[in-house]
Amino acid sequence: MIQLRNVAKWFDTKNGRVQAVDDVSLTIDRGEIFGIIGYSGAGKSTLIRLLNRLESPSSGEIEVAGSELTKLTPKELRGVRKNVSMVFQHFNLLWSRTVAENISFPLELIGVPASERKRRVQELVELVGLAGREDSYPSQLSGGQKQRVGIARALATNPDVLLCDEATSALDPKTTDSILELLVSINKKLGLTIVLITHEMHVIQKICHRVAVMEAGKVVETGQVADVFQHPEQPITKEFVKQIGAVEDLSLTFEHLKERYPTGRIVKLKFLNETAEQPILSDVLKQHEIGFNIIGGNVTQSQVGALGTLFIQLLGEKVEIERAVDSLRSQSVEVEVESDVS
Amino acid sequence: MFPNVDWQVMMEQTWETLYMTLVAGAATFVLGLALGLILYITNESLLLKNRPVYVLVSAIVNVFRSIPFIILIILLIPFTLFLLDTMLGSTAALPALIIGAAPFYARMVELALREVDRGVIEAAESMGATKWQIIYKVLIPEALPAIVSGITVTIVAIVGYTAMAGVVGGGGLGNLAFLEGFQRSQNDVTFVATVLILLIVFVVQFIGDRLVTKIDKRSA
Repeated sequence: MIQLRNVAKWFDTKNGRVQAVDDVSLTIDRGEIFGIIGYSGAGKSTLIRLLNRLESPSSGEIEVAGSELTKLTPKELRGVRKNVSMVFQHFNLLWSRTVAENISFPLELIGVPASERKRRVQELVELVGLAGREDSYPSQLSGGQKQRVGIARALATNPDVLLCDEATSALDPKTTDSILELLVSINKKLGLTIVLITHEMHVIQKICHRVAVMEAGKVVETGQVADVFQHPEQPITKEFVKQIGAVEDLSLTFEHLKERYPTGRIVKLKFLNETAEQPILSDVLKQHEIGFNIIGGNVTQSQVGALGTLFIQLLGEKVEIERAVDSLRSQSVEVEVESDVS
Repeated sequence: MFPNVDWQVMMEQTWETLYMTLVAGAATFVLGLALGLILYITNESLLLKNRPVYVLVSAIVNVFRSIPFIILIILLIPFTLFLLDTMLGSTAALPALIIGAAPFYARMVELALREVDRGVIEAAESMGATKWQIIYKVLIPEALPAIVSGITVTIVAIVGYTAMAGVVGGGGLGNLAFLEGFQRSQNDVTFVATVLILLIVFVVQFIGDRLVTKIDKRSA
């Protein structure tokens, strides 16, 4: 659906050249939710703006929904833009228009007749859960409601691609979740390809199928969200994954437990999907003559199912502990040994 | 109470003032809006940035805005004669009023347009809006409260200009106050003419404020 080949974008400023996007090649498939994560200044905002040519690339090729963006006439570009909608961090609604009029705006631009517009607006208002607020002005809405209008407006022209430029970054966590759920539901219902950029790993983990990590204009890591979560390779990816790991710093607990049970072994277990939902741990521990201390852990939900992390200390004979670790591994639980005291 | 006031004449002159104000106001609105749009559009990279055009229009606007109105009227006498074959009466005051007020209003329009959030313009662009659609469907509606309050201020200024135009033969209440009131020492005529001018100003301001409140949807 979207293909970037060696795309670069630089800005010449008074202080010299700024390389915002540096030799990025990516393929985004039809119907997937693709996340791009990076800190501010990583170039992700510029990258997503290249996808509807709000910015033009300095070099490289960008193909979106079958059109090579760099080779379009202004008129052709406007046509492509009706098929590639964008949702903004600060909503960018017209405050002089009501909810219904804002949603109707892109339809007016292409000359859809009034009756048809009215019907379509009604559909969209219901789709995004704003029925009854059609005649309100943006200033009368909450942030989450404004973003729902932004999404409805973006969907008005039945696009194939939805670009979300930090669409939830101005929202509180609860509203963020509700907007993310809305994005997932329209992705499923309409088969829309969604590209979103964010600095919050939470957003990626919750709704994306694949993720690209950006740092200093380059894509440093890409992959299925679950894989990237389980095996982050780059330091920056590990930092982002830590945001979600949410298992806070346990080193003090480790020290304490090591003192108290010098023969024990602290292990970190990672579960994915079904393994997170089965009593694997209790089965294994029953089979072996060992005890355990739970140190910390968590389970988070993602598009591919549950992701779990658990720190435990295994207590017992060294041989038994090793056997237990082996049988956990055989059940496709990932085990990292954090300390080996004995 | 006002021994020297001929109410018949007073009413006629009030109409003259209203006529000058409204016609010049309407023309100023159109011309100022157009100039303001040109100023904004040629200075905005998202639209049709064009430095030479901007500098040229900006210079013309600045020059005409800086000439004191009373001098502008005199400077424009040949132009008015060429256009209307006379420099007396209310209609003859119109060219000077419009040329004096339009640049003033153009700057206000430019400022009003600059206040429009660039994000909204980009959003329209991302939806495939043409530049013309951005102008009349986004910029003007979003800037409308400031555009309207700007024309209110400008029309109030035009009322003041009509009085000055009256001194050099333009007709209206200013002319009456100067010729009948000041030069013939009939203070009551000056007084009544002043009150009527003030009334016109208050009414214009009131209507303008009401309109702005009605169209401004920025606060809940």
